[in-house]
Amino acid sequence: MSIEIQKLNVHIKDNHILKDVNIVLPEKQITCIIGPSGCGKSTLLKTINRLIDGVEGVKLEGNVFVDGQDIINSGTEITELRRKIGLVSQRPCPLPMSIFDNVAYGCRINKMFKKRRQLIYHVQKNLKSVGLLEEVKGRIRTPAARLSIGQQQRLCLARSLAVQPEYILADEATSALDPISAKTVEDLFVKLKEKYSIIMVTHTLHQALRIADNVVFMYLGDVIESGPAEQVFHHPQHELTQKYLAGAFS
Amino acid sequence: MHKTRIIKDKAAQTIMFALTVLAILLVVAIAIGLYLKSMPVLQDKSLWSLLFSSEWRPMKGNFGFFPFIMGTIWVTFMAILLAFPISVLTAIYLTEYSKPVVRKIVFPALDILAALPSVIYGVWGVLVIVPWISQHVAPHFVEFSTGYTVLAAGIVLGVMVIPLLISLFIEIFSGVPVELREASLALGATRWQTTKKVVLRKTIPGILASTVLAVSRAMGETIAVLMVCGCVIGIPKGMMDACYPIPALIANNYGEMLSMPLYESALMFAALILFAVVLIFNLISRIVLYRLGKTEK
Amino acid sequence: MKIARKKKLRESVAKLFMWCAMLVVFGLVISVIWTIFSKGCKAMSWDMVSKLPGGGFYIGKEGGFLNAIVGSLYIVGASTVLGLIVSIPVVFFLNIYLKKNSKLAYVARLAFDVLFGVPSIVYGAFGFTIMIYFGLRTSLLGGIIVITLLIIPIFIRTMDEATRNFPRDILDASFSLGATRWETLKVVLRQIAPGIATATLLSVGRAIGDAASVMFTAGYTDSIPTSLSQPAATLPLAVFFQLSSPIPEVVDRAYAAALVLTIIVLLLSISGRFITNRFSKNKV
Repeated sequence: MSIEIQKLNVHIKDNHILKDVNIVLPEKQITCIIGPSGCGKSTLLKTINRLIDGVEGVKLEGNVFVDGQDIINSGTEITELRRKIGLVSQRPCPLPMSIFDNVAYGCRINKMFKKRRQLIYHVQKNLKSVGLLEEVKGRIRTPAARLSIGQQQRLCLARSLAVQPEYILADEATSALDPISAKTVEDLFVKLKEKYSIIMVTHTLHQALRIADNVVFMYLGDVIESGPAEQVFHHPQHELTQKYLAGAFS
Repeated sequence: MHKTRIIKDKAAQTIMFALTVLAILLVVAIAIGLYLKSMPVLQDKSLWSLLFSSEWRPMKGNFGFFPFIMGTIWVTFMAILLAFPISVLTAIYLTEYSKPVVRKIVFPALDILAALPSVIYGVWGVLVIVPWISQHVAPHFVEFSTGYTVLAAGIVLGVMVIPLLISLFIEIFSGVPVELREASLALGATRWQTTKKVVLRKTIPGILASTVLAVSRAMGETIAVLMVCGCVIGIPKGMMDACYPIPALIANNYGEMLSMPLYESALMFAALILFAVVLIFNLISRIVLYRLGKTEK
Repeated sequence: MKIARKKKLRESVAKLFMWCAMLVVFGLVISVIWTIFSKGCKAMSWDMVSKLPGGGFYIGKEGGFLNAIVGSLYIVGASTVLGLIVSIPVVFFLNIYLKKNSKLAYVARLAFDVLFGVPSIVYGAFGFTIMIYFGLRTSLLGGIIVITLLIIPIFIRTMDEATRNFPRDILDASFSLGATRWETLKVVLRQIAPGIATATLLSVGRAIGDAASVMFTAGYTDSIPTSLSQPAATLPLAVFFQLSSPIPEVVDRAYAAALVLTIIVLLLSISGRFITNRFSKNKV
C-alpha cells in the first residue's frame, strides 16, 4: 500500500514542470516534499490525485502506481482514486454549507451510510479526531465559513478523513494559519500517520525536520534527492541539497 | 454503484452539452426562420427595391421599406444624440468623482430606469413628452404639431437606453487602472484633465462599442416608440415630423397581414432586416468589448 | 497663476455639467414614476384588479383587468420555470465542464450576448413563424414559448456572471473527496444561489413587461385561459390597447394597469438589490 512514481513527466503548455520523477512514498509515514517555490511540489501532489486534469494544456507521461495500480495509464476511476486520497490544501476551503454538511458531504456522495444515525455518528467521530467536536458543539448546523481559519483547516481535514482515505496529501497545509493553529494541525498529522500515509508539501524546513520520516528534495522540476529524513537532513549526498539546507539552517 | 455515478455524470454532460448547443443555435434558428418566411417577397421583388423604394402599398403588392428605414434611423439617431452626453457625464461622475453615498442613491435610480417596461415609457411619453412638444417645443418650429414626432420618440428611446449606456460606460471606466490616473494626477493635472486625457482617451474603443450596442437596442425598441412616433408613412424631414420605424410597422400590422401571404412575408422581411442589423452591431461591439476586457485583466 | 485659475475653472464647469446630467437622470426617474403613480392612483380601484372585463367594458362600463394580471402571471411563471431548467445546466456546463479558454464557451457567451440584444419584436415574429409552422394559433402556449426564449439569454448571462469567478478551490475540495462534476453541482448551486435569485428577478421583470413579443403569440382575450391552447391577455398589452381608446374610462384602466405593472417591476427591482446585498449566508 504505497505510492510509486516512475519516470513521471508533466508538461503544462510549453513548460516542462516535472522532469523524470522517480520516487517511492512509503506507507504509514510522513513524507515531506521540500524545495524552493516553483519547483513543482504542488504539481506533483495534484498529479497524484489527478486534480491536475482540470489544468489547461496539461500532458502527463510516465507511471504513478497507487496500491499497485497505474493511475495515469490504466483508466483508473478518478473519483474513486480521489476518495482514496484525501487533500488538505494551503488555504482552508470549506464548502458553502454547514459544518455538519461539510463533513457529511463526501459520505453522502459515496453513499457510505444507509441510516442517518450512522452518518451523524461518523461525522462526530471525525470531528472529534481533529479536536473540533468540542469547539463547535451546539453550532454544528451553522455555516462553516464562520469558523476561525485554523478551525476551518481542521474541518477540511475531518472532511477528508470522513471518506476513509488511505493517503493524505497536504499542500502547505499550515502556512496560512497562525502559529498556534499550525502547531495543532501539525500535531494532528503526526498522530494520523498511524493510520494513513501522509505526503506533505512544506515550505518550512523546520516543520519537515520535526515531523518527516522521509524527505524528497525537489529543484526546478527535478527530484534531487530523496530518502529517510535522517539521511537527507544530516548526510545530504547532493551539492544542491547541502546548499539548500545550509541556506535554511544558517 | 460506482458505475451509476459515472454514468450519471456522463449523461449530465451530454445533456448539458446538447442544451448549450441548442441555445447557441437559437441565433441560427431565428435567422433561418425569418429568412424562409421572407422568401416569397424576396422572390417577388428585388432587394434594392424593397430597401430603397418609398412606395408602400401592401394591397397592391408594393413594399418599399425606405420610409420605415429612414424613420428607424432618425429615431435612433435622436435617441443616441440625447442619451450619449447625459450617460457619459453621469458615468464619469460616478466613477471618477462621486463618493460611495452618491452611488448608493444613483444606482437604485438607474435600476428603476432599467427595469421599467417599454409600455410604461410609452404611457409616460404620451402623457408628458407628446403634450410638451405639441405645446411648448413645436410652436417654435412649425405651425402645428400633434407632438407625435421623431423628437418624442427620440426622447422616450433616449431615456430607455440611458441606463444601459451608463452601466456599460461605468464598467469600461472602472477598467482603467488606478495607477494610470494617479500618474496623471501626480503630474499636477486636475481630475477633469485626467479624465479627459487619460480615462476617456484610453476607453474610446469601449465607448464606441457600447454606443453601437445602445444603437442596436434603440433600433429594436417597439411598443414605446409605436405609442409616440405618430405612425405616419413617409420619410421624416426633420425632428418635428411624424415617423414610422420598422418595429412599429411590424407590431401595428400583425393582425392584418395574415390575410395576405405576401404582406406577411414582407413584414417578416422587416423583422429579418432588424435582426440582421442588430446581430451585426452586437457581434462587432461584443467582440470589441471582450478584447478590451481581456487586455485590461 | 493664470493657468492654475483656468484649470480650476474648467474643473468646475465640467463638474457643473456632470451635475446637470445627473439631475436630468434623476428628473427623468421621478417624472416617469410620478406620472404613472398620479394617473394610476386616481384610476385605481379594487374592481380593477379583482374583476374580469364585463360586457361593454371597452365602452366604459364596469369590470377590471384581472384577465391581464392572471395571463401575465401564467406566462411569466411558466416561462421562468422553463427558463431556469434550460439555463442552469448551460451555465454549469460553461463554467464547470468546459475549460477556461474553451472555444465553445467563447462562442456560447458571444451567442448569448447577441441573443440578449435581439429585439423582442424579432422574438415575437420568430415565435409567430414557429407557431404557424406547428399549426398553433395565438395562445398561452405560444406566449410561454416566446417569453422563455426571450429570457433564457438574460438568465444565462446574469448567472454566468455570478458563476464565472467561482472559486476554483471549492471545486477542487469537492473533487478531492471523490465527487463527480455532476455531484459538485449541488455545491455550486449553493454558492451562486444569490446570483440565481437576482437573475430570476431580472428575467421576471423583463418577461412581465414585454409587450412586443406576446402581441404576436399570446394574443388578447377577456377571459382567463383555461388551457394552453387558448389566447391569454397580458398586462403590457392591457395598457397598450386601452390607452388608445377614445373613451376616458377605458384610458383610466390603462393607467391603472400601468400602475400595477410598474409596482410589480419596482418590487422586483428593489428585492433584486436587496438580495445582492444581503443573501450570502453560506457563501465563502
